[in-house]
Amino acid sequence: MSKSITLDQPDERNLLDRMAQGTIGKPRNRLEGPDKVSGVATYAAEFPASNAANGVLVTATISKGEVVSIDEGSVMDMPGVLAVISDQRMIARPAQGGAGEAPVQQVRQVDYWGQPVAVVVAESFEQARDAARRLKITYNADDAGELVLNPEDAKVWEEAPDTETVQQGALPQAMAEAAHAIDATYTTEGHNSAPMEPHAALAEWDGTKLTVHASLQMLNYNIDELADSLGLDAENVHLLSPYVGGGFGSKLGISPDVAAASVAAMQLGRPVRVVLSRQQVFHSVIRRTETTQRLRLAADSDGRLQGFGHEAKVTNLPEEEFAEPVTQASAFLYPGQDRVLKVEMARIHRMTAGSVRAPGEAVGMQALEAAMDELAEKSGIGPVELRLRNIPERHPSDDIPYSSRRLAECLKAGAEAFGWDDDDRRPAQRREGEWWIGTGMATAARIHNIAKAEASVTLMEDGTAVVATDMTDIGTGTYTVLGQIAGEMLGLDPADVLVRLGDSNLATGPGSGGSWGASSSGSAVQIACEAIREELCDMLGCKDEDLTLKDGFAIHSNRRQSLPELLNGRNIEKLGKLEPGDTEDDFSQASYGAFFTEVAVNAHTGETRVRRMSGAFGIGRVLNEKTAKSQCMGGMVWCIGSALTESMMFDRRDGHLVNHDLAEYHVPVNRDVPHLNVIMVEERDPAASPLQAKGVGELGICGGAGAICNAIYNACGVRLRSFPMTPDKLIAELPDI
Amino acid sequence: MKLAINGTTQGFEGDPRTSLLDFLRRDCGLTGTKKGCDHGQCGACTVLVNGQRINSCLTLAVMHEDDEITTIEGLGTPQDMHPLQAAFVDHDGYQCGYCTPGQICSAKAMLDEAQAGWPSAVTGDLTAEAELTPEEIRERMSGNLCRCGAYSNIVDAITQVKEDAR
Amino acid sequence: MRPFDYQRPDGLDHASLLDRDGATLIAGGTNLLDLMKLQVETPETLVDINRIGLDKIEPTGEGGIRIGALVSNSTCAADPRIRADWPLLSRAILAGASGQLRNKATTGGNLCQRTRCYYFMNIDMPCNKREPGTGCSALNGRNRIHAVLGANENCIATYPGDMAVAMYALDATVEIAGPDKASRSVRVRDFHRLPGERPELDNVLEAGEVITGVTLPAPVGGTQLYRKVRERSSYAFALVSIAAALRMEEGAISRASLAFGSMAHKPWHDLRIDAALTGAKPSDALFDHVADLLLEDAEGYGENDFKIPLARRTVKAVLREATGAST
Repeated sequence: MSKSITLDQPDERNLLDRMAQGTIGKPRNRLEGPDKVSGVATYAAEFPASNAANGVLVTATISKGEVVSIDEGSVMDMPGVLAVISDQRMIARPAQGGAGEAPVQQVRQVDYWGQPVAVVVAESFEQARDAARRLKITYNADDAGELVLNPEDAKVWEEAPDTETVQQGALPQAMAEAAHAIDATYTTEGHNSAPMEPHAALAEWDGTKLTVHASLQMLNYNIDELADSLGLDAENVHLLSPYVGGGFGSKLGISPDVAAASVAAMQLGRPVRVVLSRQQVFHSVIRRTETTQRLRLAADSDGRLQGFGHEAKVTNLPEEEFAEPVTQASAFLYPGQDRVLKVEMARIHRMTAGSVRAPGEAVGMQALEAAMDELAEKSGIGPVELRLRNIPERHPSDDIPYSSRRLAECLKAGAEAFGWDDDDRRPAQRREGEWWIGTGMATAARIHNIAKAEASVTLMEDGTAVVATDMTDIGTGTYTVLGQIAGEMLGLDPADVLVRLGDSNLATGPGSGGSWGASSSGSAVQIACEAIREELCDMLGCKDEDLTLKDGFAIHSNRRQSLPELLNGRNIEKLGKLEPGDTEDDFSQASYGAFFTEVAVNAHTGETRVRRMSGAFGIGRVLNEKTAKSQCMGGMVWCIGSALTESMMFDRRDGHLVNHDLAEYHVPVNRDVPHLNVIMVEERDPAASPLQAKGVGELGICGGAGAICNAIYNACGVRLRSFPMTPDKLIAELPDI
Repeated sequence: MKLAINGTTQGFEGDPRTSLLDFLRRDCGLTGTKKGCDHGQCGACTVLVNGQRINSCLTLAVMHEDDEITTIEGLGTPQDMHPLQAAFVDHDGYQCGYCTPGQICSAKAMLDEAQAGWPSAVTGDLTAEAELTPEEIRERMSGNLCRCGAYSNIVDAITQVKEDAR
Repeated sequence: MRPFDYQRPDGLDHASLLDRDGATLIAGGTNLLDLMKLQVETPETLVDINRIGLDKIEPTGEGGIRIGALVSNSTCAADPRIRADWPLLSRAILAGASGQLRNKATTGGNLCQRTRCYYFMNIDMPCNKREPGTGCSALNGRNRIHAVLGANENCIATYPGDMAVAMYALDATVEIAGPDKASRSVRVRDFHRLPGERPELDNVLEAGEVITGVTLPAPVGGTQLYRKVRERSSYAFALVSIAAALRMEEGAISRASLAFGSMAHKPWHDLRIDAALTGAKPSDALFDHVADLLLEDAEGYGENDFKIPLARRTVKAVLREATGAST
């Protein structure tokens, strides 16, 4: 019934390239596309539930302290109000990605401004929203003057729990002896995931079993997080997330709406819907930490790195284990035997820091690549050439080989497509009216992981197939690529493959996170299809290599038989299982790429506009050229935001998020984004996954903001080390006009 | 009071606080119109009122007596897509799909606005006929946020529909 | 949002009659409903004036044009007469908000747009504008977007809009109807207030008064520019904006009128600036002098200090562009 592969060895079989259907990799339209563009695709809050009540969260207005009392009477007389709930089964913070257990739950113990403390439930949303706003809560607040609310006030810095500190050789000496050395400190501000769909949950309780429609990325973990929070058995919790309106890390773990809706539904005995307001999405879920990063690069006269240092400071709430792994790509990307890599964390009373798209590389790579540009200038070596000279043979600390790594090809292909001039890098050479024009580039790198994954595939008697897993599609293209993988393996048009996702009753997938979704769940689908092919071979008495499945026909030994005819009324259902194995430790695995961009900087106002942007990316096998390119484009848009506009602004007096909406937290708009040119550099990576595919969802955000930083320097001669590079920072450095 | 939604007359008797958006999503079951921010800051709730695009979150249902509302469901269906819907699918002008109905409704009205000769912030000569260049489309579509970052493809999709209509 | 009594009169008289304590007029609603959801605004009666007319753009006898209070921003910006003869107004409107919002936002409503101060919009924070006497949270808080001109310790909020800035430069007049059919006209430059001791008052509208329209004087021609500086290239409020209407004759500036947005509690207009420019030959020294006049009393509050050099740089850029001096 099932087939399992543990990736202890590179899977060199390259099954997909042996197949005949010819759908894999093709730029196919999304299978669910017509439903999305017609408004038929149904998101969490939208499922019909007769008699559903509506809950609105009440969030803390103090930085730290405790709830002394909640005056239910202040709202219970209002029309339609059903309940005020402040229950210890609710959650005070979101679960971190992959937690698989309840997060901090003491909602009456306040640790940050914006922490959920209660939920008000009413018949209608309008009633609940008003009552939640008017609920009187008495706090016993700690003296804000005694609290550490800001990173600059932190005295205690601890080593980050999950990031390995590297201390290798003698970096100070390498710096002293280097022909060219850079020692520079960069800062980045906090980022918010800001998915377009606010976190939402619709919970129904039948006395034993809880069913929750929610907007979640990783049901495989979310089930345990919710069950643990509520004190239920996981078997009695059913989660459904067939459509997720963006996640970007903020929906990895359960969010406060999920627990609140569940508790309310259990208490009231009727369905309850809780949708976070946009302000709550901003101040009650996840932030990406701000960072301070010191980069030290020590190069010989040829620009080859002998010493390499990347040390970062990040923050989080007390008790949280997550610390932004800022140096993640620095561990493997560049050489330098004298090495220091370190991440330190301080505990501050601001909202929970957690995973936001490409935790680690998103901010680490932009600083690193800005520093590399400084080194290129100092050494007089072209930025692309400098990077080409610094591609290490083996992992600089672990002495293991790389799996596929077409970084050099990406650098060259991107440079060519962009029309990059690596030789003349003098700044402030091009002026068009008020605008300085310049170009910049950066390398992209993001670690590759796979996760344990299961998927069920059924070849139906009518010659169609059904793929089923609790894996989610958060806009990544999961529905489509799983359909293409099954279609390729079973010789079907993907339109004849029904892909069922986002239901925790289905086979346990890896969840959407860390860019592992497609390669992991896709491999599980491939493995299930292998098992189906094995059974077909048994039926036909042939070997797999002699069996061709194409367009709904089985072909072997010059015989061609339609699948319905062959199956003769049977369905074949198989479960495919993927387990990560030794290749994780035996190879350094990552996706790579290169960004090239042209910007215009207004010499008067310091406004920066991105005029052109290209990216070339190597992600192992491309499963669907169209959706893969879209992932890269999306990342590039995030680069623009990270470089120019996005910054979470906290009030230093109480730690509250000041710009907690989409008017004042500036995600890029259409006009901020030029036509984006994405080039996929094809490769196969047998160590990465049985599909020979690597991660793509986050690669596009890893480094591009550095390219924009470098382009700003090239345009106007101002080298900013502080992101986002807003007009105030630029005019402080630009010459008077 | 009554209003017409996608050509069908609907009554509204509810709480006057009900936004047009919540009325559509909850009372009419038309959940294709999305709530992204509820404050006019994202454009996910864009619908057409008497042919003009507005943010349905920042208007009350009770204010729309006798108005004609068109939502994404009124533009086309999965089986019979509006050219803009089909172009968004072909150009992958979306990812998660949540901002998409708003983008498409907005694009529909935006094309009509351009046809009527309305200028934009990037129009050079206010008295000349503006050509709907990619830069014009970008500016005119900037009231619809897409956090997945599908803008480049959205512009391609709209450009194709504009050219096909010639 | 608190419950309210909804009323929809079909004529202005009725609307004026209804305008009593606790009653608030709603036109486009794009700002009011935003604030009602946040409970910054809590009207007991909401008077929907969308069906009382006031939606025409008509020429005045003096060669000017009258824009009804309920004319939408889109309609106003797209009007061929406005585009041809008062392009500054079209430019300013088009620089603001989004296509969707401009379709709803009205001429009268936009004049009454409230500040985007983070603390004003958050009822959990003290704010003298929202709750007089509670203090100004922005003064020592996050004030990147706040005022550098005409502010005081009571309030450092800005008027955030664009349309009104152009109207200041064009010297428009606001027409106001009061109870008992009384009406009056107020120069737009006198319509908004500085915070003074009453930061809760944005403008000079009295209880029971309704804006019925805005009149622009006869076209002034020349070069008309609206420059809006912002991080995001669209759908964002200004850090600093400048409306300029400037005419050149024989190498000298024959007429000039400048107004500045997002610098103060009201769009900023300084007659001395217009006077200094008029009759002068364009030069960097002149432009520096204009910047000096604009900013001589400017005061930053920390994070918004940059607005002072930004305004200086931007006004020089605008004047260079408007006079054809090299950039």
